[in-house]
Amino acid sequence: MSLFELFMTAVDTIRGNKLRAFLTTLGVIIGVLAVILLVALGEGVRQYISDTFASLGSNVIQVTPGKRDTKGGMPMPMIGVAHKLTPEDEEALVHRTFTTDGVSGIVQGAGALRYRGLRRDAMAMGVGEHFAEMRNMHVNAGRFFTDDDISAHRRYVVIGRTVQRELFADENPLGKTLEINDAEFRVVGILEHKGNSLGFDLDDLALLPSTSALDLFALDGYSTIMVRARDKANAQAAIDDVTEVLKRRHNNQVDFTVVSQDDMLATVNSIMAMLTGVLLAIASISLIVGGIGIANIMLVSVRERTREIGVRRAVGATRNVILMQFLIESVVIASIGGLVGLALGAGIIGVTRMAMPGLPVRLSPWIAFTALGFSAAVGVISGVIPARSAAALDPVEALRYE
Amino acid sequence: MTTAVIDVRKMERDFRMGGTTVRALRDVSLCVDPGEYVAIIGPSGSGKTTLMNLIGCLDTPTSGEYFLDGEEVSLLDDDSLSHVRNEKIGFVFQTFNLLARTTALDNVALPLAYANVSRSERRAAAKRALERVQLAERQDHKPEQLSGGQRQRVAIARALVNDPKLLLADEPTGALDQHTGGEIIGLFEQLNREGVTIVLVTHDPGIAKRARRQVTIVDGAILSDEASR
Repeated sequence: MSLFELFMTAVDTIRGNKLRAFLTTLGVIIGVLAVILLVALGEGVRQYISDTFASLGSNVIQVTPGKRDTKGGMPMPMIGVAHKLTPEDEEALVHRTFTTDGVSGIVQGAGALRYRGLRRDAMAMGVGEHFAEMRNMHVNAGRFFTDDDISAHRRYVVIGRTVQRELFADENPLGKTLEINDAEFRVVGILEHKGNSLGFDLDDLALLPSTSALDLFALDGYSTIMVRARDKANAQAAIDDVTEVLKRRHNNQVDFTVVSQDDMLATVNSIMAMLTGVLLAIASISLIVGGIGIANIMLVSVRERTREIGVRRAVGATRNVILMQFLIESVVIASIGGLVGLALGAGIIGVTRMAMPGLPVRLSPWIAFTALGFSAAVGVISGVIPARSAAALDPVEALRYE
Repeated sequence: MTTAVIDVRKMERDFRMGGTTVRALRDVSLCVDPGEYVAIIGPSGSGKTTLMNLIGCLDTPTSGEYFLDGEEVSLLDDDSLSHVRNEKIGFVFQTFNLLARTTALDNVALPLAYANVSRSERRAAAKRALERVQLAERQDHKPEQLSGGQRQRVAIARALVNDPKLLLADEPTGALDQHTGGEIIGLFEQLNREGVTIVLVTHDPGIAKRARRQVTIVDGAILSDEASR
């Protein structure tokens, strides 16, 4: 008997008892649905993070103070405290590296912004004159900082749209003076609307010249120096260049960490992949439970159809044909569950995307095929024991079975 | 000289039940030529069903030889026996044993599906077999829509569909009333006149008498083997 005929026999049998087939495969439906939804969410978030990183500028390199790599061997004896990353380091990077075309010291901080009795706590960041273009930020009213503003420690501020809306409402903020942590700063520019990213309001911030920020927070070193590689395709050359210049300034010690945007993205990706894997493993448990359900019902079905098996054997079916008949039936039941689960999952994802366009969910083809493949495999595995017991029946006994 | 359809020589069949061995058949020899109509008769527990299972290649003997249509089948493995059953034997059972939810036509065509006959040829052959049992107009009915006698006729058509060397019937009237049973026996007689070799197992002397030869089996051995008047 050909596989196609066995398949048709299985379809006929399943059609003869649709409700039972549905209940049998319900576990697989739920399992596949869970796998699809969880992976779609994981994939969507990963894609979203990748896109966000890309929008931040992919050739950006971050230098942070302190060595963070863990390496084997004897630990270096600590000689004094690690060097800070100072404005002099920044200067050195500007003048002595040839593979970079933008350097900006960054001071991370928060400030209480006050204007005429209104107060708003926002991120207050010290930045260099290249920061805006490196981070794809655009000033669409007023201007950004110049080299002069930075070197003269001018108390200027460029504000985001949220700060503008909350503190100034309809008033034009340009030229106005606002207080940050009790020091006065004049508004020279307003940033273009950026929206939310990873839950942060990118418009809820105030940018200060990096030097003024160091003064404001009473710091003598940057939290980060951001460097842009001239050659997008060769960030590594820029990393080596930056490392060499800073090392020379730091008594030949690499007491800082240079990381490219790609490295950070790779780290995030590997974390997300692990998270997705864990979710997938949890969802797979329901697939296994679904498989056990199929095995159980198939065993009952073999017992119920003992006489049918006897008749088929009497008229010429070999053990193998009987084995294949039940195995294929099990695979068809499980695959139907897989298809239904996939359809439900696609439906839910579609509706979710329509209802909440911001939510990062996406159904990638590989997970659809994997889910179908898995459900078929569940069918094979859970069909083996029932099919073998059907094939092992003695035809004489089977025909006599009541 | 024609080849005997059934040629059983000194066949024995033992069953082990717990610690004891039951000798279900002892030294049975039997020869059936093409075109014969033989009734195997005996009380229940006499071994007639065991003999039928052996003749039908559903079981293998403990010792002895069995030539079916000239082919030694007592030593074949399970797969080969399946093929022999498929090609040379047609079974009719007491309880019909049709597949529920399957039409008469598809029930009749079932043996041919295992013989790898194409779907259209299968349907044509099944139609012809149903015509032989005068049920052509019921081909699309399912077993539950048919009477007992009609179901048994579908079962007979299924037994005939592969043009078997041997039609083997086990108490074919056991589940039918007297009148319908008589009709089924009439159908067997008609098929035998058309040349079908029939072996029928029964415990009913009235039915056995209508066969052309009766083999009586008691306690696993053949007691008598005689032709009808």
